[in-house]
Amino acid sequence: MTNEELKIKLTELIPSVVFEEGGEWITAFVEGSNWKTIAQQLRSNEGFEFDYLFCLTCIDWKTYLTMVYHLTSTTYRHSLVIKAKLDRNNPELETVSDIWRTAEFNEREAYDLFGVKFLHHPDLRRLLLTDDFNGYPLRKDFEDPINMIKL
Amino acid sequence: MYRQTEILKKAASNETEDGGELVINVGPQHPSTHGVLHLVITLSGETIKNVEPHLGYIHRSIEKMCESLSYRQFIYVTSRMDYLSSHINNHGCALCVEKGLQIEIPPRAKVIRVLMDELTRLASHQLWWGAMAMDVGALTPFFHAFREREMINDIMEETCGARLTMNYMVPGGVMYDIHPNFQKRVKEFIEEFKRKIDEYDELVTGNIIFQNRMKNVGYLSKEDAISYGCTGPTARGSGVICDIRKLYPYEVYDQVQFNEVTETGGDCFARYLVRMQELRQSLSIVEQLIDNIPEGDFLAKTKAVLKLPKGEFYSRVETARGEFGVYIVSEGGTTPYRIKFRSPGFSNLSALNHMAKGYKIGDLVAIMGTLDLVIPDIDR
Repeated sequence: MTNEELKIKLTELIPSVVFEEGGEWITAFVEGSNWKTIAQQLRSNEGFEFDYLFCLTCIDWKTYLTMVYHLTSTTYRHSLVIKAKLDRNNPELETVSDIWRTAEFNEREAYDLFGVKFLHHPDLRRLLLTDDFNGYPLRKDFEDPINMIKL
Repeated sequence: MYRQTEILKKAASNETEDGGELVINVGPQHPSTHGVLHLVITLSGETIKNVEPHLGYIHRSIEKMCESLSYRQFIYVTSRMDYLSSHINNHGCALCVEKGLQIEIPPRAKVIRVLMDELTRLASHQLWWGAMAMDVGALTPFFHAFREREMINDIMEETCGARLTMNYMVPGGVMYDIHPNFQKRVKEFIEEFKRKIDEYDELVTGNIIFQNRMKNVGYLSKEDAISYGCTGPTARGSGVICDIRKLYPYEVYDQVQFNEVTETGGDCFARYLVRMQELRQSLSIVEQLIDNIPEGDFLAKTKAVLKLPKGEFYSRVETARGEFGVYIVSEGGTTPYRIKFRSPGFSNLSALNHMAKGYKIGDLVAIMGTLDLVIPDIDR
């Protein structure tokens, strides 16, 4: 599907969607509250069939966090970027690890380094850091006077 | 007669009633994990019930480090991730910066980059082949593999000045021109390796003991491979078409003749066959390009201080392990605001539990061997 067709179909699916211009792929902002149902439809609806989540990450914008999902369909070869804004003090989002299983590890990483809580995740623990680690290192306000060298 | 302690009682009752579960730790210092990977394995008898990887023993927070390094500097750090395909890591980062700056790199640099990528892939697969055979009990192939890998390392050393962490590809092209001996020595290597690769097959591929260890072990279906985000030879062994070089060609990959190797078996042996055939495909790419390096500049003219425009840039390359993605979020400054490396090993490892469940503990080593894990790439 071309980008224009995708845009039209996405607007049909999610009326409240906001598009961001300038990226390589179509970038759509969705509400965090209905992300799970959108994800299910993106995965299984005919015409979308985004079955491959190739990048899942989080960005700290100092006042809020953004979750970024890069999706591709291996059938149609079209790609889509989904973003969801999260509250920085209490970031919560539904997990998609049952839809794309690669998300299980990636969400644990995002939880570990950004502190995003994924609701209903099967095993939400720190992945790379130790369990007693304080703070979330990839947030912009993280301070570690011993191990971090400011350039 | 043993003293009936609580533990013994519990152990005895478990044995007879519900099968009993035994938890063992493999690693973090274990030869078959190829690095500091820690696996907590739950066993019932000899059958694997659950494998839980514990990561982070060499987590250096490269993504955080890169946020304070300039667009020229951060590429050096990425050599330390997947150290067996360091050229290809550098390549991915250089491509992403070039995409942001919209630089067109000279044709000579393009060809040199592809040549280096393929030589790296050959070296990486050779090491994997030796280590794979060693994992399942054959020690000799390891020395055969390292003998040929040494030739590639020598070629790299001559041109790049390093044997492992090359840092050769920079935004705009490559750092230095190739060494005058480069073409001659690569041709020597091709001649030598063409004979050796048949030896590899004779030595290991046809071996019945080896095949028994590999066949019908660690099955991964096509749907699961996609869902787990597996890429590279791991996914291609399950029949997934995912070669970035074919799907989204970069540099001169659309001008060379090569096939994307896929197998439909989905087991360890299929993944093994994919890598063995990839050796031949890479060799053919090197052979096609080695006499056709165009003359001219090897580095495009760029500003001394690189500044990416505000926006998001994503580039991907095919490393020896799969799809390596670089996601740069720029605020218009000299350093990236946020950088994310989508590492192939991380996703491939996430499928380990699914693949190993129900097989014997001895098979786990074969399954991990065919995943071709490089731990710094997973931990970052």
